[in-house]
Amino acid sequence: MNTVIFRTLAPLIVAIMLVFSVYVTLRGHNEPGGGFIGGLIAAASIAVFGMAAGVSAVRRSLRFDPMAIAGFGVVLAGLSGLASLLTGSPFMTSIWLYLEFGPSIIPLSTPLFFDLGVYCVVFGTLSAIALSLESDREEDL
Amino acid sequence: MGSSFEAGIGLAAVAPFVAAILAPYIQRFAGAYAGWILAIIPASIFLYLLGFADAVIHGETVSSVIEWIPAYGINLSFLVDGLSLIFALTISGVGTLIILYSGAYLAGHHHQGRFLGYMLAFMGAMLGLVLADSLLALFLFWELTSVTSFLLIGFDHSRQAARRGAIQALVLTNIGGMFLLAGAILVYQLAGTWEMSAVRQMGEVLRGNELYLLVLICFLGAAFTKSAQFPLHFWLPNAMEAPTPVSAFLHSATMVQAGVYLLARMTPSLGGTDVWTNTLVIFGGITLIWGSLGALKQTDLKQILAQTTIASLGLLVLLIGLGSDYAISAMVVYFVAHAFYKAGLFMVAGAIDHEAGTREITALGGLAEKMPVTFIGAALASLSMIGLPLTIGYFAKEEMYLGLMSGEWTAILVMIVLIAGNAMLAGVALLVMIRPFLGEAVATPKKPHEAPIAMLAGPILLGAGGIIAGILPDWLGHDVLVPGASAILGRAVESHLTLALDFTSLLLWLSALTWLLGVLVYRQADTIRTLLRRFDKALGWTADTVFDIVMFSLIRFSGALTRFLHHGQLEFYLVIVFAALAAALFGPMLVWGGLDWLEPTAELGDWSQRLVLPALAPYEWGVLALAVLGLIAVLIAQSRLVAILSLGVQGTAVALIFLLFGAPDLAFTQLMVEILSVVILTFVMTRLRLDQRDHRPFEDWARDGALAIVCGLGVSLLLMLVLNGTLDTRLSDFFTATSVPIAHGHNIVNVILVDYRGFDTLGEIAVVMGAGMAVLALLRRQKKPAPAPSEPDKPKRARKPRKAAS
Repeated sequence: MNTVIFRTLAPLIVAIMLVFSVYVTLRGHNEPGGGFIGGLIAAASIAVFGMAAGVSAVRRSLRFDPMAIAGFGVVLAGLSGLASLLTGSPFMTSIWLYLEFGPSIIPLSTPLFFDLGVYCVVFGTLSAIALSLESDREEDL
Repeated sequence: MGSSFEAGIGLAAVAPFVAAILAPYIQRFAGAYAGWILAIIPASIFLYLLGFADAVIHGETVSSVIEWIPAYGINLSFLVDGLSLIFALTISGVGTLIILYSGAYLAGHHHQGRFLGYMLAFMGAMLGLVLADSLLALFLFWELTSVTSFLLIGFDHSRQAARRGAIQALVLTNIGGMFLLAGAILVYQLAGTWEMSAVRQMGEVLRGNELYLLVLICFLGAAFTKSAQFPLHFWLPNAMEAPTPVSAFLHSATMVQAGVYLLARMTPSLGGTDVWTNTLVIFGGITLIWGSLGALKQTDLKQILAQTTIASLGLLVLLIGLGSDYAISAMVVYFVAHAFYKAGLFMVAGAIDHEAGTREITALGGLAEKMPVTFIGAALASLSMIGLPLTIGYFAKEEMYLGLMSGEWTAILVMIVLIAGNAMLAGVALLVMIRPFLGEAVATPKKPHEAPIAMLAGPILLGAGGIIAGILPDWLGHDVLVPGASAILGRAVESHLTLALDFTSLLLWLSALTWLLGVLVYRQADTIRTLLRRFDKALGWTADTVFDIVMFSLIRFSGALTRFLHHGQLEFYLVIVFAALAAALFGPMLVWGGLDWLEPTAELGDWSQRLVLPALAPYEWGVLALAVLGLIAVLIAQSRLVAILSLGVQGTAVALIFLLFGAPDLAFTQLMVEILSVVILTFVMTRLRLDQRDHRPFEDWARDGALAIVCGLGVSLLLMLVLNGTLDTRLSDFFTATSVPIAHGHNIVNVILVDYRGFDTLGEIAVVMGAGMAVLALLRRQKKPAPAPSEPDKPKRARKPRKAAS
């Protein structure tokens, strides 16, 4: 697995996969995609990166513990549902906000943040599992 | 009263809990003055509630409703009437003194803040309990008192006895809580309302129903466990492991009285029947005698008081069971009298323990010189307990005898029980007042000196209260007895308390007889104790040991069951899971005729002509072939790596099929899942062995293969069955029609996931994360050396510490 070609190409592949995962997540509301798939793609990219660069390097570049990212995802998803309480509607009622930047309109919504939460959970959990399995030494777990 | 009242009662309900949260910080900040500061909360609640007294004395009730779950008609409703006000004032009043007392009693204890917090939380729960009108709110607060009392009893958690007492109290009172919940639901089914004020009007409906007995058993189960009625009384003495302020608060005037309160509350709804009267009188009577005998058995001051509390609880239950105007009046007065003297005596016991270093009455004597103020407090309380004139206890006793003057044999029998019980209690009161304080001074572990003022305020104020109430019978009658008894019975009750002593009345002579017997009991206390202890030894077992046996068997049973189900062999887990899946698939299909369509019908004819191959494009056939090939490769692969990769090929082919037949989202996800499963499975297998696959015995192979085929067949049949029927498109039509206009999304799958069914997804991602953590834990565990196998049959005592400490 540790060939020079793979090690050289891996960061490139990983970067593309990560960007793609975000793209897939963001477009999910209208076209095939969404937080779950995006998270899977991102987790796969982390697995690839782990194979190429080693687990400790991946952990360093992630900065946060993957499980913490997953936890953040659950909290984010929950909070996006709670936001509707401020408007007096029941839990998880979606709120939409259209921001206009000149000609383009950016729709922001609580389901979007919910989907990002799903992304974080799937990404974090699967990366944590993959990295744990890849590492051989205890301190990497 | 309007919104200001609702805000007020809301504040009163929330304030103790807020104070409980802040207590540790206040204690850190204020140190020795924490008790004084925190006592402000119960004191102001007391004053606030006192503001209702005027209205309540005039026969009004005050209620407030806070909507909780309006969709189910469940409200947090509160009601202030005579009964609840008496209880609430007792709780907040005694609570104030107890918080003060705790501030001094636990001064310097490193967890004092936590203790004060628990106390305040308990007080809040108890106030909620007596003020609640909704049965569900009552249940909620009931359980809260159980939990907080568990924390308080087990406060000194480094001692095994405290942990045991806490767990025992929790187990028993929670069983009672379950009874209460069942009873509340039954009442709701019968009466159609959760509000007790409405249920009270429907007594006839409840009593006439055939389920009446069941409802009664539920409520009695709740009340008897909480109020420590025989034979469920044994948790109360063990709960004395708690610090003394806890005993003075929870186990005299508040928590244990919750059962009495419940019975009094339900009197108009459930009371008055023969079975009610008989059960309460018999159990109350036995408890009264049992508790007073128990008190004579003990030498530890706190244990003595705990046993007399059991006796008093029995007496209260008995009086509620009698249910006459006199009996209920006596119950109200006795409750107040008991709260005054018992809380005071517990505080005295704590002060003696604190200052002299022991609570054994055999090791105490002559403390009156060193602790004169404590002695006064003890004497005031004891006189009230004996029931001498000019104390509130006198009226309580007069009232209860008054109701039994009819001369019937049952009344005479109850009268004898009451006199015996009261006489023994009077004897114990003399014992508690005289033994530690009078007589020769005895050397004690600590050099005794007077307790600090915060610890004296309680006994003195409560003792004085008992005397003041005793010399103001008009006030006691009009402002306490009448509102309380009327609220319990639901009709006007008159008071006839008077200070005048009528020497021609039998009543006075019965009281005198009680006192005389009390003195006799006091004189013979040591002999009685020896006799009772000898009897106990002969008996050999108590309710406590039965509890131990039951708990021990329960633990062993659950251990055996766990070892049976949770044997740790993955292979068998999987076999069970898939066997269950097969049963779940085929069971319903066989029972409801789901397989009928497979049976050949008469005009089948040449079936091979009807078998038409689906019209698929060549590349679609190719994908199908790929899936089948992948499957075959999995089965015949020689190494694990090849098998895993073949599985991936098969899965990818399935993803392609999804893609070709119009489910891009599904295909996308399937593809990613396949990739990740291959990666993760490979990683897992690299930790084991990637090359050779196992040689498994034929029977294993056949069993797993058969299961796999059966499950696969089941799923296929089920899917075909679903496709055979007409598709109900209501949901998909709804989603198609509304996805863009109301959810602003064109991808219906995603919109369903994050919007329509967002709550499900939230649950699912939480599960994903939880499963991830479990996987990590398993992976980590694998690297460490396996822990030493624990012995299966450790004795319970050794087990409990870990349970309680964790």
